[in-house]
Amino acid sequence: MFDYLANPARFQRIANVIRPLAWLIFIITLLPGLYYAFFNSPADYQQGETVRIMYIHVPSAWMALMGYVLMALMALFYLVWKHPLADIAARSMALPGAAFAFITLVTGSLWGAPMWGTWWVWDARLTSMLILLFLYIGYMVLVDSFDREDRGSKAGAVLLLVGVINIPIIKFSVDWWNTLHQGASVIRVGGPLIDASMLIPLLLMAAAAKWWFIAITLIRMRTLMGERRLQSRLASRREGGAHD
Amino acid sequence: MTEFLQMGGYAAFIWPSWGLAVLVLLGVTVSSLRHGRRIQKELEQSELKPEQKKEQS
Repeated sequence: MFDYLANPARFQRIANVIRPLAWLIFIITLLPGLYYAFFNSPADYQQGETVRIMYIHVPSAWMALMGYVLMALMALFYLVWKHPLADIAARSMALPGAAFAFITLVTGSLWGAPMWGTWWVWDARLTSMLILLFLYIGYMVLVDSFDREDRGSKAGAVLLLVGVINIPIIKFSVDWWNTLHQGASVIRVGGPLIDASMLIPLLLMAAAAKWWFIAITLIRMRTLMGERRLQSRLASRREGGAHD
Repeated sequence: MTEFLQMGGYAAFIWPSWGLAVLVLLGVTVSSLRHGRRIQKELEQSELKPEQKKEQS
């Protein structure tokens, strides 16, 4: 399937169909998601109303992790098969992924202040999440800091693959170490512990976050492909004796 | 309504959380769309022959 999609023209045709669909699914999951998150879900018996922060915090965290895993996968495809489309995909996911990592950290902090009595602690979950944000930022800076674009792509891909070790550390940090952060209550062995009244808004918001990410990634991929086409067009015009 | 906005006394934490998320996600959306449109326009421009370009400007 990867080979099939790796043809840029074919990919673009399929992406043109998926993009409006992604926006549509984003809207039809976001609106009921927000409704449930604010009007149709109970306050938590311990957290009170601050549980409503969870409906943006947890989907963001999931997407920050998923985005990074996808980028690392693209990095592998790029290093092994050298296909430029994999590089374009990884580059396109970096900004929306970083946005989610940033939102996760800030909303977590805003939740922690009233609930834990502290904005920040250097424990395993919080620190590894901060490292994820740094990996995203480092990747974005690194790929654009070479004169030759393919060098940046290669260096970036190596960084992504090295950094993937951070992902299981984030996921299992709450089991491996003592941390202030609570353990998993949705994606865990034995099924979700969380009540349906809170699971519904959470899953709707998670779906909205995912489809937003897909839509934005496809837009950014098209832009990046366009930029590359523009560059090669300008380069060939210069070589061709440039009558303009 | 006021009761809703007060969020059981946690308004100062809940609204900034959501506000920041909206701001960041909207920012990424707008900048991605704008950049995309600009590149698309430049691509169309570069497809025109030099004579057409002169006529246009």
